Amino acid sequence: MDDHTPLKQTPLHDLHLSLGARMVPFAGYEMPVQYPAGVMKEHLFTRACAGLFDVSHMGQITIRPKSGPIEDAALALERIVPVDVLGLAEGRQRYGLFTNQTGGILDDLMIANRGDHLFLVVNASCKEADFAHLKAHLGESCDVEMLEDRALIALQGPHAECVLAELWADVATMRFMDVAEAALHDVPCIISRSGYTGEDGFEISIPASHAADVTRRILEHPDVMPIGLGARDSLRLEAGLCLYGNDIDTGTTPVEAALEWALQKVRRTGGARAGGFPGSDRILADFATGAARRRVGLKPEGRAPVRGGVSLFADPDGNTPVGTVTSGGFGPSVDGPVAMGYVDQAHTAVGTKLYAEVRGKYLPVAVSALPFITPTYKR
Amino acid sequence: MLKFTDEHEWLKIEDGVATVGITSHAADQLGDLVFVELPEAGATFTKGESAATVESVKAASDVYCPLDGEIVEMNPAIVDDPSLVNSDPQGAGWFFKLKLSDPSAANALLDEAAYKELIA
Repeated sequence: MDDHTPLKQTPLHDLHLSLGARMVPFAGYEMPVQYPAGVMKEHLFTRACAGLFDVSHMGQITIRPKSGPIEDAALALERIVPVDVLGLAEGRQRYGLFTNQTGGILDDLMIANRGDHLFLVVNASCKEADFAHLKAHLGESCDVEMLEDRALIALQGPHAECVLAELWADVATMRFMDVAEAALHDVPCIISRSGYTGEDGFEISIPASHAADVTRRILEHPDVMPIGLGARDSLRLEAGLCLYGNDIDTGTTPVEAALEWALQKVRRTGGARAGGFPGSDRILADFATGAARRRVGLKPEGRAPVRGGVSLFADPDGNTPVGTVTSGGFGPSVDGPVAMGYVDQAHTAVGTKLYAEVRGKYLPVAVSALPFITPTYKR
Repeated sequence: MLKFTDEHEWLKIEDGVATVGITSHAADQLGDLVFVELPEAGATFTKGESAATVESVKAASDVYCPLDGEIVEMNPAIVDDPSLVNSDPQGAGWFFKLKLSDPSAANALLDEAAYKELIA
């Protein structure tokens, strides 16, 4: 995308402006980076009450089998996604990846079984490429459609359930990664119990024409505050969740990225539907032998944030490079800097002391377990 | 004498020593600060050199030395509590005191009216 491409706006654009948001370009959209409360308060409010995020820039895609059962669509998708789609029950969602021939990651996504079709949510910056990829590989057997007429919001935090229960009592019956359809203020919405903050919460797909109205009414609740991309990033970083383009990309394999959990046993060596996805040779070999490097959490010992791109060394003089930080910043809930990055296998044990080169100094950081906070998913 | 730079620093100059900080406008643009790195007393800088670093939740930014000079004092309070820079940027949130090599050079900086016009 060049600098002259006009930025797109989400259906909630006017609402953001009315709330005093500071808007920035992000993945081709004009998006709120923060509201007047600021990143710190927005982050802490999400973990204490409930934060509302506009994530309408993300791609919402449906896959419907042209004839036959949904299993046909699931098996078709399994040819480009190394996860168990066939075993995904109706009303359930799971995390997935598009891989390439060398085992790299083209995008990460959510896949839901909606009964007669699959419903995907993909990253904004990849959505056109993902859509073309899906059309190319599934187009013969399935109708693949990008839903341009829907907004997507996330309501995240310990009060998210009770806020939503005032609009739809049955929300309490949902558990983590359930997907259901319900009317909120008489508007039919698709609701999943999931998110990108480490908190219990929901992502809600709303018809664009009613999105601002529904969102405004949820925001009227005293336990809800609008949250920008700034706090979205610090929340997901504390939760140890990857940001596509920073922590995972076409040059990282799922095993290097410590995402083995995303590949169910049925798709691994010895499983009933092992392999059969792009890059399976490399990825399954990584499972067998371990990868040469691995994504780990990094906890700087001092107060200085250690950010993406910073080089990591085994020694305090910077003689032995062992890796690179891919995401880093300040964690308001941790009340200190937090980061993640890739380090050579020999240095991945929790507690290993490494040194991050920041402004000419070598700052001590400890390899740390992820996440940095305790998730509160309702499993 | 109160002066400003187009890099959004303020200078309060008394007897050839400038107390330097960042403006309210800059503090507001940076957002919540979480880390401040200050120069050591005795360090010398030329105008435009990076003399301090501030980090918000989102990003790191340089604070440039507004004139040639030597650091004679720094403000440890903002290292202990970077949020002071957000809450009182042109008071308790000052960064350092700079003994100016050439006090007359300050005349070329912006006065308050010119700075207000710059950020308008």
